[in-house]
Amino acid sequence: MSPAPDFLGWTCPRPLQNYPTIVMGHGAGGRMMSDLIENLFAPAFDNELLAQMGDAAVFKLPAGKAAFTTDSFVVNPLFFPGGDIGELAVYGTVNDLAMRGARPFVLSAGFILEEGLPMETLGRIVSSMATAAKKAGVRVATGDTKVVQKGHGDGVYINTSGIGVIPTGAAEIGPALAKPGDVVLVSGTLGNHGIAVMSVRAGLTFETEIRSDTAPLNGLVEAMLAAGKIHCLRDATRGGLAAVLNELASASQVGIEFDERKVPLRPEVDAACEMLGFDPFYVANEGKLVAILPAQAAEVVLAAMRHHEYGKEAAIIGKVVAAHPGLVTARTAIGGMRVVDLPAGELLPRIC
Amino acid sequence: MKFLDEYRDADLTRKLLADIQKTVTRPWTLMEVCGGQTHSIIKSGLDRMLPAEINLIHGPGCPVCVTPLELVDKAIALASRPEVIFTSYGDMLRVPGSRGDLFAVKAAGGDVRIIYSPLDALKIARDNPEKTVVFFAIGFETTAPANAMAVVQARVQDLQNFVVLVSHVTVPAAISALMQSPDVKVDGFLAAGHVCTVMGYWEYEPLAERYRIPIVVTGFEPVDLLHGILDCVRELEAGRHPVLNAYARSVSREGNKPAQAVISRVFETCDRAWRGIGVIPMSGYRLKPEYGSFDAEQRFPEVRAIETKESPLCISGLVLQGIKKPLECPAFGVQCTPQTPLGATMVSSEGACAAYYRYGRLDPASLAEPGKRR
Repeated sequence: MSPAPDFLGWTCPRPLQNYPTIVMGHGAGGRMMSDLIENLFAPAFDNELLAQMGDAAVFKLPAGKAAFTTDSFVVNPLFFPGGDIGELAVYGTVNDLAMRGARPFVLSAGFILEEGLPMETLGRIVSSMATAAKKAGVRVATGDTKVVQKGHGDGVYINTSGIGVIPTGAAEIGPALAKPGDVVLVSGTLGNHGIAVMSVRAGLTFETEIRSDTAPLNGLVEAMLAAGKIHCLRDATRGGLAAVLNELASASQVGIEFDERKVPLRPEVDAACEMLGFDPFYVANEGKLVAILPAQAAEVVLAAMRHHEYGKEAAIIGKVVAAHPGLVTARTAIGGMRVVDLPAGELLPRIC
Repeated sequence: MKFLDEYRDADLTRKLLADIQKTVTRPWTLMEVCGGQTHSIIKSGLDRMLPAEINLIHGPGCPVCVTPLELVDKAIALASRPEVIFTSYGDMLRVPGSRGDLFAVKAAGGDVRIIYSPLDALKIARDNPEKTVVFFAIGFETTAPANAMAVVQARVQDLQNFVVLVSHVTVPAAISALMQSPDVKVDGFLAAGHVCTVMGYWEYEPLAERYRIPIVVTGFEPVDLLHGILDCVRELEAGRHPVLNAYARSVSREGNKPAQAVISRVFETCDRAWRGIGVIPMSGYRLKPEYGSFDAEQRFPEVRAIETKESPLCISGLVLQGIKKPLECPAFGVQCTPQTPLGATMVSSEGACAAYYRYGRLDPASLAEPGKRR
C-alpha cells in the first residue's frame, strides 16, 4: 500500500538554484547570472571598484604614464603541477605590465564558460585568481561572463586586460632599446612551465617533479629598477627564451649572443626535453623574465634579483653585439656556435 | 646529464678536432646518413669547427623528408574522413602534401593526434571503438620494430578498428642507390647509429666492399660524430674501406635480434618511392599479406588512386642525395622557409634545408663553397 498523501509536507517545486554545473542560463543576464556574480565573483575579488557594480569601473590613476595590455588564456589542462589557468590569467597580464616598467593597478576578467563545467572547478579557478591578484597587489575592477554550448569551449577561457602606471620620470623600457655592449640576464631556470603542462597533457604523461614557475614578476621588476638602469624586459612565455631574444634582436636591430652553458636549467627539464626532442630554449615559462641592460649595471641588478624570491637563480647569459643584426646565436656546450631561430610554430616532438 | 654530458665535452671535442686536423691531408666528402646526425651537427655548431678539408653532406636519412608525397596525400585523405582518428609522430604534421598538410586537416575538423609511441595509437583505438584509428607508420629501421609491435599487439588484442598506413624505408638500399648514381660524389659514409642498433652493421660489409668506400657506424652526440669522422678519415687517408663501429656503446655487428624478428614477422621488403628521389628497389617495408587486414590502404581502398602534385620549384631530391646544397635552390629562403615549406627538407628539424636556413643566414658566404667554411 502506498503511503497516505502528505499535504503538510508538500512544497512548490521551485527551479533549482544551486546547479552543480554551469548551464546556459548562467550567461543569460538574468537571476542565475547575478547569483553567480553575487555568490562567487564579488566575494572572491572583493574590492571597492568591483563593488561599484556599474557598467564600467570608474577610478583615478596615480600620476604617471598609463600602460595597457590584454591577454587570453586557453590552457589545457586547466590545472597542472604548480598552477592553474586562474593564476596564469592574473600573472600573465600583471607580468606584461611589469615588462614595461609599469606598476599593475587594475585588471579586468572576462570568462567564457563551457556548459557543463563543474561549479566546483570554476570556484577553484576564481579563488586561485583572487589569491593571485592579492599576491600581485592588483584589483580585479570589472568582469564579464558568457556561457557557450557544450563542445564549443574547453571548460574555461579567461581574458584579462590590465592597466598599470609608469611613475613620472621613470626611464623608458622597450623592446627597441637594446644596444651593443649590453648584457642579457634571465631571472631563473627556464622551461619549467612548458614541461610541467606537457607532463599531464592527454597522450603524454610522464612522472616528474617539475612544477610550473607561474609567478608575478612586478615585485622583482621593481627591485631591479631600484638597483639600476634597464633597457629591455620581456617575460619569456610562449616560444621561450628563443622567441624573446629574437624579438628583441629584431626590434632593436642588434645581434644577441648567449652561452648555452650559462642558461639555468633544472636537470629534470633538461632530461624531459632531451627525451621529447625539444630545445629547452623554446619551451614556455610563466614566471621568468629576460632583461637587457647596460654592462655597468649588470652585477648590481643581478645581485638585486638574487635577493628576490623570484630571482634567486638569476644569471647573466650573454651580450648584445653589433654584428648580425636581428639574429640570435648561441655558444654551444662543445664551444661551437649556432643560430637560435624563431620557432616555426607549435613545438613538435622528433620522430626518433 | 649523465651519459650525455660526457659526449658533449668541450675538451674532448677539441682533442678530437686536433686529431682530425693532424690526420687529414686532402679534401674528403663524407655523408652523414641520418637526419638526427645533421641536426646534432648544426645544433652543436660542429660544422663550423671541422677542418676545411672535411666536407659533410647530408644524407637521405630524414624519415619525414623522404616519405613520398603520395603517402602524405593518402594520410591527408584518411585524416579528413569523419570516421577516422589519424595518429602520427609530431613532425609529419607540417609536411606539405599536394594540397595542404595534416595541420590544415586538423583545423578543418579532422581528428589528428600526435602520439609518442605507436602503442598510444592502440590505446586510442581501444578507447574509441566506434572510430577507425589510422597510425602513420613511417621511418627507417629504427621505428620499424615498435611500429611492427603495434600491429602484432593489435592482432593479439583483436583490435579491428586499428590500421596502419605504412611508409617504411631502409638504409642499405639507399646507400646502394646513391653509390650507383653518377652525380653523387661521396668518399665515405657515417652510418646511422640508431638504425644499426636495431639491424647491426653486417649488411654494410658487402656495400663497403662493392663500392670500395669506408662506412663508419656513428652516433649522434658531438663526440660520437667526431669519432666517426676521425675513423673515416683515417681509413680514407690509408686507402682502406672497412666497416667500422664508432658507436660500440649501442651497436653490435649482429644488432638487436628480437627487434629484427618482429620486423620480419610483420613486414616484407618492397620497392619504395623516396620523396624527391624516386623509386629505390627493395628499399622499404610493407605489411605481409597475413597482416593485410591492418593495412589502411586495404581498409580504405578509395585512397589508393590519388593524384599528387609536387612543387615545381623544390629540389629536395637533389639535396637529399647530396648533389645540391640547399643554398643552390632558387626558392631557398624566398618562397621556401620553415613557415612556408615547399618540400619536406625545410620542415623537419632533421631536414637539411631547415638546418641551412638557420645557419646560412648567419654566414651565407661560408655555405656557398665547401672548403671556405671558416
